[in-house]
Amino acid sequence: MSEHDHENVNPDANKAVLTKESFESDQAVRWCPGCGDYAILATAQRTLAKFNVPREKHVFVSGIGCSSRFPYYMNTYGFHTIHGRAPTVATGLKCVNPELAVWVITGDGDGLSIGGNHLIHCMRRNVDLNILLVNNRIYGLTKGQYSPTSEIGKITKSSPSGTIDYPFNALCIAIASEATFVARTLDTDPRHMGMIFERAMAHKGVSFIEIYQNCIIFNDKAFGPVIGRENRDDRMIYLEDGKPLLFGSDRKKAIRMNGLRPEVVSLDEIKNENELLIHRENQMNPTYAYLLTQMHYPEMPEPFGVFRAIEKPTYNEMMDKQVEDAIAQKGEGTLEKLIYGADTWKVG
Amino acid sequence: MNATMANEIKENQQGGVKKPQKTVANITIRFAGDSGDGMQLTGDQFTDTTAVMGNDFATFPDYPAEIRAPAGTLPGVSSFQIQFSNDIIFTPGDQSDVLVAMNPAALKVNLGNVRKGGLIIVNESVFNEMNLRKAAWKSDPLQDDTLKDYQVLKAPLSQLTKNALKDHPLKMTEIERCKNFFALGMMFWLFDREMEHTLNWIKKKFAKKPEIANANIAALMAGYNYADITEVLAAQYHVAKAHLEPGTYRKIMGNEAAALGFITAARLAKKTLFYGTYPITPASTILHDLARFKNYHVKTFQAEDEIAAIGAAIGASFGGEIGMTGTSGPGLCLKSEALNLAIMAELPLVVINVQRGGPSTGMPTKTEQADLLQTLFGRNGESPIAVVAPKTPSDCFMMAVEAVRIAVKYMTPVVFLSEGNLANGAEPWKLPDIATLPKIEIRHPVATAEKFLPYARDPKTLARPWAIPGTPGLEHRIGGLAKADLTGNVSYDGPNNQKMMELRAEKIQRIADDIPLLEIRGPEKGKLLVVGWGGTFGPIYQAMEELKRENIVVSHVHLNYLNPFPKNLGEILKQFETILVPELNLGQLLMVLRHKFPGIHAVGFHKVQGLPFQVDEMAAKIKELV
Repeated sequence: MSEHDHENVNPDANKAVLTKESFESDQAVRWCPGCGDYAILATAQRTLAKFNVPREKHVFVSGIGCSSRFPYYMNTYGFHTIHGRAPTVATGLKCVNPELAVWVITGDGDGLSIGGNHLIHCMRRNVDLNILLVNNRIYGLTKGQYSPTSEIGKITKSSPSGTIDYPFNALCIAIASEATFVARTLDTDPRHMGMIFERAMAHKGVSFIEIYQNCIIFNDKAFGPVIGRENRDDRMIYLEDGKPLLFGSDRKKAIRMNGLRPEVVSLDEIKNENELLIHRENQMNPTYAYLLTQMHYPEMPEPFGVFRAIEKPTYNEMMDKQVEDAIAQKGEGTLEKLIYGADTWKVG
Repeated sequence: MNATMANEIKENQQGGVKKPQKTVANITIRFAGDSGDGMQLTGDQFTDTTAVMGNDFATFPDYPAEIRAPAGTLPGVSSFQIQFSNDIIFTPGDQSDVLVAMNPAALKVNLGNVRKGGLIIVNESVFNEMNLRKAAWKSDPLQDDTLKDYQVLKAPLSQLTKNALKDHPLKMTEIERCKNFFALGMMFWLFDREMEHTLNWIKKKFAKKPEIANANIAALMAGYNYADITEVLAAQYHVAKAHLEPGTYRKIMGNEAAALGFITAARLAKKTLFYGTYPITPASTILHDLARFKNYHVKTFQAEDEIAAIGAAIGASFGGEIGMTGTSGPGLCLKSEALNLAIMAELPLVVINVQRGGPSTGMPTKTEQADLLQTLFGRNGESPIAVVAPKTPSDCFMMAVEAVRIAVKYMTPVVFLSEGNLANGAEPWKLPDIATLPKIEIRHPVATAEKFLPYARDPKTLARPWAIPGTPGLEHRIGGLAKADLTGNVSYDGPNNQKMMELRAEKIQRIADDIPLLEIRGPEKGKLLVVGWGGTFGPIYQAMEELKRENIVVSHVHLNYLNPFPKNLGEILKQFETILVPELNLGQLLMVLRHKFPGIHAVGFHKVQGLPFQVDEMAAKIKELV
């Protein structure tokens, strides 16, 4: 609450036509040539331009890592914070200024290792933030150590004999934390990524997006087997709400439940379309969304799109409501009441 | 008190011979019992009544970290000490004149705190073999000569309470729990206190359980009457009103005063107060207090950990509101990195550290002042920070307002360095005239024709502009990487880096132009100057008062501002042959003073026993040096 919140708003701001260029800052972008982050940045700039939300209403908050340089390149408000803590700063900001669109940019190390605790708690609280977790399954900025999403046995500078750490599945963590919007996209499909960003912006509550991103220097083609041009049709499923999970070059493959286990079926084999698993984003029960997160290459194709989108009151709006209710019940606090409104006695 | 009860007392007094009344200047009482015996509540009630009766007072709760250690054992003892006086006082008293010991363990733990010749009232009912064994008494102290140097009143408090409540429809365990009010009633008689306040409190507290209210009232009255008729208590003691400055007063604990101060500051600044914190003793009660004041635009955030707590507070500051976090020593360690972010981003932030016994988990419920160097220097890089420290429980209010005032004016984190002893101690607080509170004016920039420079500085304060997200035309990025002057863009330029570090240091130093000069209590030059900070104020003040009676006069300055120091500190120090620096640590302010003011002859006086200085030991140390 501040008297300044409103007086500064430029009445023409909403009328201005925003373009991708409106969101480009004057700072030179310094990621490695070929880095997947370029595509993510450009998609974010393009997506934001589509909405009628003026630049000053967006804030990008990041931690530490390659992707966390993101705010410097956005011509919006931005805060490059410290390792793993972006969700905390974003939470405080959103709690005092819910009018802002607050974005968190994090990576697999920043968000799932040093900042894992903050990430799960901010999703649990359903703070109305848009969280982009850029997952390249490696530590890039520190030059090539394994990350909490690196596959077991991975040889890196810090694991010359192969890692003995079992990896995290980012979306499992989001589902387990009861995030209300959970999605996965990839750096090589800007159209899909843009659609997911739009959905996240429109979602009221915490939005968690995992972006498969290629680190060309330290972990090139980490997702190649899934998203590579030659195999992607058979190894990726683009989720569509209310529709079967179709994939394959001719979209003739789908998923069917066999007990608690999903299995791949060919549309030619099945007798009845009712056998097919139908994608439903809005199930309050997280079991189905969790099941999707368990579909991995090579056993299964990997889903992309919105895993889960449900509505729950947000932390920031409930916090505001408690303040409003207290004022409604007790009246606006005054210093007189605060200081003198207790058992007092007079001397002299 | 209702009419019937008042008559009962009158009749009792008329029936017997009225005992004589002696007038004394001050009294220290200690209530001690098992954690579950309600000793803190008993002490609070005695304190409230004492406040209303116009004495000055100071209290000291002394309780274990364990919520309920096994009943009857030494670690389970909880105590509450109050000194009340007809004079101005600032400490809860060294040794007690009266100890109320509800069980053998309470006697064992607290016997050393009783003045020789003092009165000990023991609950004789529970001095049985099992309880004596739990309290590690080799033989029964009520039978041997352990207590020969004291006046002892062996009162079977549990039994007397049972007798008094035999007609009340309560379970035996509920009756047993009323014995603290019986003991309180005895103290009310002994010190000639009015009972009205406590009677009203009981009725209000147990409004929905009238049978409990009635039983507690009956126990209180029974205790009062018992003290009146028992032969051991030969006289009543009367402590006259203190000559407190005219004004309106309320009883206040340090953490409560701090909470009210922060809310006040946020209201003066017309801002939301956002308090991000993680529960930790002895800071948690600030959260409890703030959470009750949501109608003052207070938002409290109980974070998942200490780091999230400060992170969220920084986010709130970035958002243009009053961001605050609170903790105790171990939590401050966890917050260090984020605190440096706020220093680099040059955002206002208040960090409360209610110091407790360290290092590591240390003694969580005990007091100490050993986080001073951590606060000043415990971060990576050159990391200048403003530090203020309250000196008494009620002083927490004004220093809280100061912390916010400095933070927003200089765009800097400010540490509010309190102590467990101040946090939980209570004293009368003379309420400030609201019109005289400092003004806290904040101006956020708006877009102009010129390019916005987030690190351009106010020429006087060196503060950078506080442009808040949502303001059109001022979009900018901040962060923890080294900043270019003016633009705030990332910069690895060496000379720029040095310039920015010097600017940040200079900004903190300029606060010295904006804080009160030190006032010396005592002569302006001489043999000995006592330099205190924080909660040592009480013992230093009282020791000097005692020494004055022996015609020993020394001087005293007390530091409310630890970084920067008041501008006249150096000049004052030069006027004295010896500087005594008493601290509840092993010499931290001493180290800083010796470094900043080379040439002074400074000696330390250290105590790290989890307890504040006693007046006697402070007086003895001063005497040793003059």
